[in-house]
Amino acid sequence: MKRDIFQAIADPTRRAILVLISSTALTPNAIAEQFQTTRQAVSKHIKILNECDLLEEKKLGREIYYQLKIDKMKEIDHWLEQFKKIWEQRFDQLDQVLMNLKSKENEI
Amino acid sequence: MKSNLLMNFSVDKENKTVNVKRKFNASLSNVWSAWTDAAILDLWWAPAPFKSKTKFMEFREGGKRLYAMVSPEGEERWAVFEYTSISPKTNFKHSSTFCDAEGVPNSDLGSSYWDINFSENGDSTIVDIAIKRGSLEELEKIIEMGFKEGFTSALQGLEKILEAKK
Repeated sequence: MKRDIFQAIADPTRRAILVLISSTALTPNAIAEQFQTTRQAVSKHIKILNECDLLEEKKLGREIYYQLKIDKMKEIDHWLEQFKKIWEQRFDQLDQVLMNLKSKENEI
Repeated sequence: MKSNLLMNFSVDKENKTVNVKRKFNASLSNVWSAWTDAAILDLWWAPAPFKSKTKFMEFREGGKRLYAMVSPEGEERWAVFEYTSISPKTNFKHSSTFCDAEGVPNSDLGSSYWDINFSENGDSTIVDIAIKRGSLEELEKIIEMGFKEGFTSALQGLEKILEAKK
């Protein structure tokens, strides 16, 4: 199942996991140790993050290490940029409206 | 005409608030009208090629504005504003909730809370907007709808990470 990246950041534990694995690759056990929650709960979060395609998996011996795919996080930046553009466009339109209001005033 | 007026845009993660600030080369009374008069509001509110269509608007405390953003294909996205506080030519506050054409709210999506300040600055007017959302879960659902309006963010340090990785 392909999930949206925003599902990944919708949960505080998942956000914390993303922060943890942003700089170093960690095993699920090492990640779970950082949280006062069950190993199962953490596994579930990891599964969701994986489905969001945010995790880089590396196998070292019998252990799996997870690290954040940083490029994916840039989608969020991209989204913010879109949101900003909506406002810019809206305000450019408002400038035009205000100019028209002003010229009408001058006609009177 | 493309404007060169500076816009400030920032995300306050802790408070789940987006702040947008913009200066307009227009009188305070004209800017106030543009934000509070339905006919004028519909001229600029929707980013082209969308069109804003206000079904009704009662600009008074406790009053509502029911409007749609209409896509070029004619698809309508309805939202309702409820005005909670109005100080003429200074400030108004309202909630914004996605709804159907009759104004029945889509409770899954929650609401955003807008606080809009107007101030005179010589011949120009500054509009300072704060948009607050309840939770990131709401944001997620809005994104799923494919409608990028209304917003909160609690990216908790993720931006910092992105900065560090650049």
